[in-house]
Amino acid sequence: MQLSKADLLKAYRMMKTIREFEERLHVEFATGEIPGFVHLYAGEEASATGFCMHLDGRDKIASTHRGHGHSIGKGCDVDAMMAEIYGKKSGLCGGKGGSMHIADLDKGMLGANGIVGGGPPLICGAGLAAKVLKTGGVAIAFVGDGAFNQGTTAESLNLASVWRLPCLFVVENNGYAEATSSKYSVSCDDFTDRAAAYSMPGIAVDGHDFFAVYEAAGEAIKRARSGGGPSLIEVKLNRYYGHFEGDAQTYRGVDEVKNIRATKDCLVLFRRRVEGAKLLDASELNKIDADVMAQIENAVKKAKAAPKPTAADLMTDVYVSY
Amino acid sequence: MARKITYQQAINEALSQEMSRDPRVIIMGEDVAGGAGTDGEDEAWGGVLGVTKGLYKKFGDRVMDTPITESAFIGAAVGAATAGLRPVAELMFIDFMGVCLDQIFNQAAKFRYMFGGKAETPVVIRTMYGAGFRAAAQHSQCLYPVFTHIPGLKVVMPATPYDAKGLLIQAIRDNDPVIFCEHKVLYTLEGDVPEEPYTIPFGEASVVREGKDVTIVTLGRMVHMATEAADNLAKQGIKCEVIDLRTTSPMDEDTILESVENTGRLVVVDEAHPRCNIATDVSALVADKAFDSLKAPIKMVTGPHVPVPFSDVLEDLYIPNAAKIEAAVRLVMGKKN
Ligand SMILES: Cc1ncc(C[n+]2csc(CCOP(=O)(O)OP(=O)(O)O)c2C)c(N)n1
Ligand SMILES: [Mg+2]
Repeated sequence: MQLSKADLLKAYRMMKTIREFEERLHVEFATGEIPGFVHLYAGEEASATGFCMHLDGRDKIASTHRGHGHSIGKGCDVDAMMAEIYGKKSGLCGGKGGSMHIADLDKGMLGANGIVGGGPPLICGAGLAAKVLKTGGVAIAFVGDGAFNQGTTAESLNLASVWRLPCLFVVENNGYAEATSSKYSVSCDDFTDRAAAYSMPGIAVDGHDFFAVYEAAGEAIKRARSGGGPSLIEVKLNRYYGHFEGDAQTYRGVDEVKNIRATKDCLVLFRRRVEGAKLLDASELNKIDADVMAQIENAVKKAKAAPKPTAADLMTDVYVSY
Repeated sequence: MARKITYQQAINEALSQEMSRDPRVIIMGEDVAGGAGTDGEDEAWGGVLGVTKGLYKKFGDRVMDTPITESAFIGAAVGAATAGLRPVAELMFIDFMGVCLDQIFNQAAKFRYMFGGKAETPVVIRTMYGAGFRAAAQHSQCLYPVFTHIPGLKVVMPATPYDAKGLLIQAIRDNDPVIFCEHKVLYTLEGDVPEEPYTIPFGEASVVREGKDVTIVTLGRMVHMATEAADNLAKQGIKCEVIDLRTTSPMDEDTILESVENTGRLVVVDEAHPRCNIATDVSALVADKAFDSLKAPIKMVTGPHVPVPFSDVLEDLYIPNAAKIEAAVRLVMGKKN
């Protein structure tokens, strides 16, 4: 699949934005200013980007508790996301949702989710709507390796298959569900083995390689858009940080993360490839780096300065309150 | 010998002592040990907040990590209970009951009655509830009224380390399914707890403050808000009797009614949403059985009828506190606020 220069720049910017957003949150969380649970997506950027680069306004995605990357990929406003994570009124959900519930339905982002396995059934519904309304849209459920075991995921795979829905089920296999290895918790070695049981294609891809993800995503999305039904895609990747911020990660091997960062950084691999092939030059990418740093710095500053919700906000957005 | 330990340690100790006593007691849940299949530490977590830490080291395979499949493993705990084990399953957050509710209320809760008294289902489901962690709408709920509604389930709501230990041991030895609700904010609370095992019978409320003016019936974390309010009010000459229900099913009706007969005034404090919660339930009981004793309308202090908000300012407004309880008490006393 050929990517234009503009697309390459866009993809790099997307990945870099996600990375810096998460790296900065890691630092800010440690100061104690950010409330609640925060699950970082750093290390997994090529997955969200590889899929979301194909999507437009017709398309819907459902994310997980680790949702910042998907949100940025689907075009959620970075300032409003940051403000949401700080619990501010200017946040994407008015400060009512927080990191685990970032959503922007206007953008086709149906929400991060605090319930593991909450997304796949919703995505069947979004796919059904696209099919009935003939929008040409596709719907993508991102799930983790842990969520891949949930009954809701299994039921959704079956439903999407029998209804031939324009859905993708993307298993982001980072090897862990909290402190549990997928080697322990998942009954098959290859997650794609389960695809056959639901009569859908199952494709595994290296999630550190943006180009591999982009290509696999493109094919599955094309198939879904043209009425060919759902696909299951396993994206093998790694998370750079703990399950959530504050996780001591004693279950991980010595130097595990250090080695991954040194050899499998999707941003470094992307740069190496496009610079090597002379598709983009370093100065263009450096400029994006600088832009993104400034953008995130600005987002954090604004979020910190923004006002919190007020008492009047407590009882709104519910159809009846007592 | 009693010594000071936390609510969390009291729960851990109850589990440990019961597992030592009875080989049929097993534990299962997500990361109750942690580290399964990894290259790192074996018992990496001991539960998401460390409540079961150390049990895997002591009891090995009797402490089982599960895949994230609440329907399957909560159901498996129920099934194992009917087949000779006495499982303690951990449903990490009470909010996740949505994933596995059928196995609890259509299966576990029904067997004894539906099978004409022939079934015993000695399963305990430990679960964490409540607001206060900035954990937002899907990790902060007080869904215990849902379980309380269902015949066949026993619902336990310890407010102190002492009660947590005694009620958990009772729950494990009980032959009916028990939903054991732990407030996440209470885990670090310290209190006197005897080292030796002991049980606290279900359906016996505890009177944590005696007083003649107003009865405050409450449970879980709200017991502490209510005692704070009672202590403040005592300084103003208003004497509150604070009743900690300890279990909502069975519920100690006698203690509530006797107290209201003495005081003639009732305030019920419940962190749950205001519709069909424990506060409405207790209010209905008193209206039904002690109406003639009432000198003032019953007042309820509850969380509002909205999902739990994320933002700290909103969550703080959401949670009932001592000031709100004091205002309710003054109201039933006919005092201006
Ligand atoms: C129904 C439900 N069960 C358990 C949890 C607690 N929990 C949150 S994230 C998580 C692990 C998810 O692992 P995975 O799906 O692999 O996603 P990852 O965190 O690796 O991105 C668990 C057990 C939850 N939020 N919802
Ligand atoms: Mg995972």
